[in-house]
Amino acid sequence: MVRRRTNGVLVGTFLAAGALLTAFPFLWMLSTSLKPLPESYNYPPSVLPTTITLDSYVALFTHFEFGRYLVNTIVVVLIGFVGMFLMAMAGYAFAKFRFRGKNALFMLVLSTLMVPIQVTMIPTYLILNSVKLTDTLLGIALPTLVSAFNIFLFRQFMTTIPDELLEAARLDGAGELRILLSIVLPISKPILAVGGVLTFVTGWNSFLWPLIIANDQQNYTLSVGISLLNKQLAINPPLQMAGASLMVVPIVIVFVIFQRYIVQGFTMSGLR
Amino acid sequence: MTATAARREAPPRRVTLRRTWLPSRLAPYAFVAPALVCLVTFSVVSIFVAAVVSLTNLDISGLADFSQVRFIGLGNYQALFGDPAFWEALGNTAFFVILGVPILVIGSLSIAIGLNYSRSWVFRALRTFYFVPAITAIVAISLIWGNLYNSQFGLLNWLLSLAGLGPVPWLTDPTIAKFSVALVAIWRGSGLDTIIFLAALQAIPPEYYEAAAIDGAREWRQIFSITLPLMRFAIFFVTVTALIGWMQFFDEPYVLTQGGPVHATTSMSLYIYQQGFRYNAFAFASAASIVLFAIIAVVTAAQLRSRRGDDG
Repeated sequence: MVRRRTNGVLVGTFLAAGALLTAFPFLWMLSTSLKPLPESYNYPPSVLPTTITLDSYVALFTHFEFGRYLVNTIVVVLIGFVGMFLMAMAGYAFAKFRFRGKNALFMLVLSTLMVPIQVTMIPTYLILNSVKLTDTLLGIALPTLVSAFNIFLFRQFMTTIPDELLEAARLDGAGELRILLSIVLPISKPILAVGGVLTFVTGWNSFLWPLIIANDQQNYTLSVGISLLNKQLAINPPLQMAGASLMVVPIVIVFVIFQRYIVQGFTMSGLR
Repeated sequence: MTATAARREAPPRRVTLRRTWLPSRLAPYAFVAPALVCLVTFSVVSIFVAAVVSLTNLDISGLADFSQVRFIGLGNYQALFGDPAFWEALGNTAFFVILGVPILVIGSLSIAIGLNYSRSWVFRALRTFYFVPAITAIVAISLIWGNLYNSQFGLLNWLLSLAGLGPVPWLTDPTIAKFSVALVAIWRGSGLDTIIFLAALQAIPPEYYEAAAIDGAREWRQIFSITLPLMRFAIFFVTVTALIGWMQFFDEPYVLTQGGPVHATTSMSLYIYQQGFRYNAFAFASAASIVLFAIIAVVTAAQLRSRRGDDG
């Protein structure tokens, strides 16, 4: 027993050291983002800023158009939530209806999991271009609007809804859409929370599609905006780190609040 | 009077039920259709478009005027296999896979076993630290690491100089840059795999360990005789997804090095992106993407087959 105790302390120490290594780049990001520009070039570098300034954050919104990028990112995330509704609807149909071609269609859904993004990026650009959706926020959101994984996730959960409940509603004269909206979705809140958090994270972090689809600065998202900060002639570390913080901090807050849901979602992705 | 009125009203209600705009028979199709159309357009249809486009000469001028587009047979594939940059990108991707997959799998498995060692609040709090990189934007992470790697004012070289070691050209030396870029991806990718492993570990009934302890099995022995065999599926799953992930490696080299120095960190995905969207050689890039798809499909199928042989 004593042996297990000592081992525990040993394991804990190693893990804590690893956790520090994991957290350090984020602390460095915050610290650098608060430094004045000259100090960020200091060698040896200072771990904590000697003078604290919010100049870089202000510059993001005044010299650069990060206000615009932020709004665009939020719009892309919101369109993602429409996609989530579509996926919930499809998951419900696969879970609770018997219809001709159901199994074939569900296999079709699952088979799309195997298609890598690199194969689809050029044709998707061509398809969106042919319907004039390149360089629009809708075009940025469309390629990732629906994912087979989320449909699968919703279906798994919705199979557990009792049939009697739906039959009773049908006998009461409720239409199918009404049943979906006022019975199925409220019951599915736990899985919608998982899906919602994942949808937010995907939309917020999405990089490749905005990079490909947005040509005009007006349509850049945060991720494309901060990747441009690395291409300026003179590197401005506090500005880069302020941009990174703007992207990372909201996600970390969402993560800390909804950690349980995210872990649950990722777990189901792997093992069911 | 009211009773008759009620009786008279009853039948129309059933009529409205039958005339609902979405009959139950059609409802499932209506529910599935929007999601399915999106999904199929951007995956199945996409592959066909890529396959067809790869046999043409579509470029930026063809995009403006489709009448200029012509079928040129396998010309793009010939050009592709004759391009040394393609082989270099393929080699780089192989390098990333061979370096990244084992480190990622063994590393995150060890972290998960460590995190599962105790249920105390300390261990639960530590978990969060390991998970956070998995959900933060790769672009932001790449930028942070680019800063740490910086050769003039970067923190890493300063720390090395404290230990009396010379400055390392993290992102400017072709060989070292490969490792630097991969390290960022490993650091980031380990979070998700740790979550998956931890969930699998927690599903192992504690009685197994109790029985083993009674039989006198030491902790190391328990890991090798109980934990690892029971984790076979999770290990398999993480290996496959890690493999696919590394074959699609893109964001880190794009932000950190733009594929340089001299193509040293250009992965297949980055190569396809550059051909397609920097040089607007859509048809040529489509050919490259079809080749990458074929490689991923073959490797994944081989993995699945090996598992089938492993435990039927």
